Amino acid sequence: MAVIILTVLALIFGVVLGYAAIRFRVEGDPLVETIDAILPQTQCAQCGYPGCRPYAEAIASGNAEINQCPPGGESGVQALADLLGRDPIPLNPENGVAEEGLPLVAVINEETCIGCTKCVQICPVDAIVGAAKHMHNVLDAYCTGCELCLPPLCPVEDCIVMRPVDLTIKNWKWSNPELHNEDKAA
Amino acid sequence: MIKLWKFKGGIKLTGFKSLSKSSEIKKTPVPEKIILPLRQHIGEIVEPAVDVGDKVYKGQLIAESSSFISAPVHASSSGTVIDIDKYPIPHQSGILERCIVIKPDGLDEWEPNVKANLNPESLTADEMRNRIRQAGIVGLGGAVFPSAAKLKPTRTIDTLVINGVECEPYITCDDALMRSRAEDIIRGLLLLRKLLQPIDCIIAVEDNKPEAIQALNTSLEKLKSDGIGSVNTIRVVAVPTVFPTGGEKQLIKVLTGKEVPQNGLPYEVGIVCLNVGTTAAVFDALYMGKPLVSRIMTVTGPKVKKPANFEVLIGTPIEHVLAAAGGVTSENHTLIMGGPMMGIPLPHSNIPVVKASNCILVESAEKQSKATAMPCIRCGLCATVCPMNLLPQQLYWHSRGKAFDKLVHYNLSDCIECGCCSVVCPSKIPLVHYFRFAKTEKIEHEVKAKFADQSRIRTKKREARLERIKQEKEEIKAKRKLERQRKKLAGVKNDVIDNIKVG
Repeated sequence: MAVIILTVLALIFGVVLGYAAIRFRVEGDPLVETIDAILPQTQCAQCGYPGCRPYAEAIASGNAEINQCPPGGESGVQALADLLGRDPIPLNPENGVAEEGLPLVAVINEETCIGCTKCVQICPVDAIVGAAKHMHNVLDAYCTGCELCLPPLCPVEDCIVMRPVDLTIKNWKWSNPELHNEDKAA
Repeated sequence: MIKLWKFKGGIKLTGFKSLSKSSEIKKTPVPEKIILPLRQHIGEIVEPAVDVGDKVYKGQLIAESSSFISAPVHASSSGTVIDIDKYPIPHQSGILERCIVIKPDGLDEWEPNVKANLNPESLTADEMRNRIRQAGIVGLGGAVFPSAAKLKPTRTIDTLVINGVECEPYITCDDALMRSRAEDIIRGLLLLRKLLQPIDCIIAVEDNKPEAIQALNTSLEKLKSDGIGSVNTIRVVAVPTVFPTGGEKQLIKVLTGKEVPQNGLPYEVGIVCLNVGTTAAVFDALYMGKPLVSRIMTVTGPKVKKPANFEVLIGTPIEHVLAAAGGVTSENHTLIMGGPMMGIPLPHSNIPVVKASNCILVESAEKQSKATAMPCIRCGLCATVCPMNLLPQQLYWHSRGKAFDKLVHYNLSDCIECGCCSVVCPSKIPLVHYFRFAKTEKIEHEVKAKFADQSRIRTKKREARLERIKQEKEEIKAKRKLERQRKKLAGVKNDVIDNIKVG
């Protein structure tokens, strides 16, 4: 009798679990999604991976360290460390240094652009518009400042340069009071 | 006796008001150059409606926007537009913003359309609101919120509060205004009352301004004897002198005991609160037809020769106003726009007076360079004086650590930056600076997160597109291959048929 009851129970649970596995299936790796949500999405590939998502996948699978993203900066490393329960480590200088100050956007010199479309094709966020043998232009509002379009990709020297965005009342920030205090103490 | 409530916290400050206190308001002469910033209010920036070289009259509309939360800008004297470009504005950053520069012709000639309206009471509520908007009136207490937007509440209003508290030390411009133009303020209030239909009207004045209270009461009596009986329901209320009673939320608490909800506006609890200067501007707009082209401003402080109140044309460079006050006594000074508690330091005096400029305070530079901050000893004084019921000490730790979720938890956005906590801190920690810093850091963090989301979507879409193009190419390739094979087969078939025929 006991054997029958247990067998029946095992069958019922088996069916329920089997159904749940299909019904509540999670598409993709949720860890990759959460890591990707922390990364700054510049798609600059400075981490050594072709974009933010591939880097997130590499971190999730344990193939990459959490300190390879310069645009994310120290705060990005901190956030990843918190998420993964690791100790924060300083940025790896091999991947580049974190830029201070205003974000940079690419600007195309309209005089020298030859219309080769190389930058249009490489831009990871479709922020450059233009047609073959016609001048190209950067859509400021979408440029992530990844610098992928800069020479040597651009065949013309000094055609594409990086420029900080304009300082306005909207993006101006109060200085860190901590720094003032250090000045006075020194 | 009227029942008054109390708000938690606040501090008693030395007033220093006698420096500039007098009922006389001097007029500053028309300056050589008028610089009118296109952003003088909260809300949408306005766009110029004139070109360089245009001749403008005093009071002519020169920039406007169609946005609801916005206020047009008018030429404050007659002359020629000589430039529309970026100039320094009164902002702590010292950055430049678009301004319209006028070279006055010295005639100070009003626009011909500006005419006194003898019977504004006959206007409908919408007409009044429209005229108030067209006159470019914003909250002159310093917050510069477009008044017309404030006067369109979505529920019935129980109380209309006219704010003549002026709780910051040194500043006396509202005091001077109440003493010299009490009747105009009350007439303005009567129009606002007609517009909003409140049950109760209160003019609140701090009890350190007995002359202003007296002047308002005298004018009320006079209007009553003139047969305007409806002034009976207007009350002039003296409130205790505690900083920051002039804050909208604090004043509402003191007068009605009601608390404005978090992130909410006063109309949600049935109250509209306007500054006395704004009320006088409403009088000017509706009775005189005049837009907001000038304001009363205090020039005071230990380093200015003749502190006084001035009626200044909007756009007048501050150096011009300082000269009218006899100039500064020492080169070693700091300029502050606003009061010592909440004012902002200005980098130099070649910055125009704007609608928000209620005071220019000339402080000695030594007083401004604050002592080195010592570590927080967790005494909790800051929390006892905070008029918004916040915990400045907790906010301080989390501002330093940029813990944005914690800052939200401790309601950083509720901080009105009144400066009470910084004043009482025994360790001299510049707490308000930390909170301002944390506020802008938090905004940057949010903007970056939003931008990252946008970039993520664009990257995904681009990858999907590239994948689609690749597939399409492969499909075409496969099709062509198939066709080639078919042709080849067909050719073989034909050959075979030919061979058979020949055979």
